[in-house]
Amino acid sequence: MKRRTLFATAAAFALTLGSAAFAQDVLRIGVEGAYKPFSYKNADGTLAGFDIDIANALCAQMQRKCELVEQEWDGMIPALKAKKFDAIVASMSITEERKRQIDFSDKYYQTPARLVAKKDAGFEGTPEGLAGKRIGVQRGATHQCYAEKMFPGAEIVLYGTQEEVFRDLALGRIDAELSDSLIAQESFLSTPDGADYAFLGGDHLDVECYGEGVGIAVRKGDTELREALNAAITAIREDGTYAKINDTYFPFDIYGARPASN
Amino acid sequence: MTMEQILSYIPLDISLIAANFDRFLYGVWTTLNLTFIALFIGALLAIPMAIARASRHRFWNPIVWGYTYVFRGTPLLVQTYLIYYGFGQFEFIRHSWLWEPVLSSAWWCALIAFTLNTAAYSTELLRGAIIDTPKGEVEAAIATGHSYKARLRRIILPSAFRRAIPAYSNEVIFMLHGSVVASTITLQDILGVGRWLNGRYYLAYEGFITAALLYFLIVLCIASVFRWLERRYLRHLTRRETPATAEITPEPTR
Repeated sequence: MKRRTLFATAAAFALTLGSAAFAQDVLRIGVEGAYKPFSYKNADGTLAGFDIDIANALCAQMQRKCELVEQEWDGMIPALKAKKFDAIVASMSITEERKRQIDFSDKYYQTPARLVAKKDAGFEGTPEGLAGKRIGVQRGATHQCYAEKMFPGAEIVLYGTQEEVFRDLALGRIDAELSDSLIAQESFLSTPDGADYAFLGGDHLDVECYGEGVGIAVRKGDTELREALNAAITAIREDGTYAKINDTYFPFDIYGARPASN
Repeated sequence: MTMEQILSYIPLDISLIAANFDRFLYGVWTTLNLTFIALFIGALLAIPMAIARASRHRFWNPIVWGYTYVFRGTPLLVQTYLIYYGFGQFEFIRHSWLWEPVLSSAWWCALIAFTLNTAAYSTELLRGAIIDTPKGEVEAAIATGHSYKARLRRIILPSAFRRAIPAYSNEVIFMLHGSVVASTITLQDILGVGRWLNGRYYLAYEGFITAALLYFLIVLCIASVFRWLERRYLRHLTRRETPATAEITPEPTR
């Protein structure tokens, strides 16, 4: 009897210990799921995309069990701070304003922003050309910052997701939209909806709004995780995992390159 | 303690709110015009529909019943999305005369959705008030030779309007709160500006708290207007305070 009690206690103890270690091990990562081709949902509801694959590759590299948590874009940083997850892998640009709230890993890709409008728009992608026009951007994205700074004469229309921006551009409710050039190419211009549309003007690069590339966000002071992520990014760049993921989505290396398609 | 010290204890970026307060005021204007125009048109639509619902009309009663059932049975957000995104999917609507001035504009889409929604609720609310008209009032009207129309106009509707005031104040406040849906279809109403602020400066609470305070202030105003209306128009229905016999003081002679 005594022995059995001892055994049960030991088992219970081991279980507790095991589950505690397990709970600590699970790294929760915030992702968006509405930002094709970086992060989207398949027809069966599973998450897919460049961000998702990178997140999983980093977890494998760090040998940690990960759980992907879906979160709407404009609540991403508040949710990280509220500990709903521990890191954000959601194509988030590293900017000074965001750094006041959170820390970032090194960049894991960098692509320029561009305007998109009707092919025969009849106006130029300059502050003068866009005065009085309606420009759609995703709320809480770096493009909101840049559009309001660069095009003060335009009406900036805010959307919850980038998909809604493209939808209203196709419906003609906005005259132009500003977003990542790669996103615009992959999920709008190359689709039937975007057939009559084209890039308007060249690349928009601006350190104040766009920062220095796209990184993984962690809570302020979470240095251990940040450094583990940095090491993992370097490792997957070197061992070819990054290149393999990159090639399933893009015809060129997006780590620091410009889109070759346009 | 100085003012700055007190402010530093509040974990909010007050200066950002203050710097963008003119945007919030514009948001208040958008919220108010959407809400109150919708309430006004909705109430005008609700009067004939409530009369139809309170009658036993074979044709209009079931039709209005179907309408209120659908609009009260589905969320306002879904109704607004269907009008804003749904109609845009159809080529023939995009090329019709309705598209350019009306359905392509987020403000009009929101107004249509809000109006149809509040009209449905107001209809049922007013129908209840009409049905609850004291029998004696109606019988007295019949006895004095009033036709159905005259009864409605002189007795039933004025009485029903008065008795509907308390319930309608709820509908007004619900509509105000429901109007936040406008911010999901790009409109810069109060919540829209709050979300703009959060998005622009990557904040968590500042925009929401400012928005919440503004909604609260508007509700205070609405509530006091309705208190005044109730005092003025429902006086005859308030229960008279009848103090216990022992405490009755003789009425001064006039």
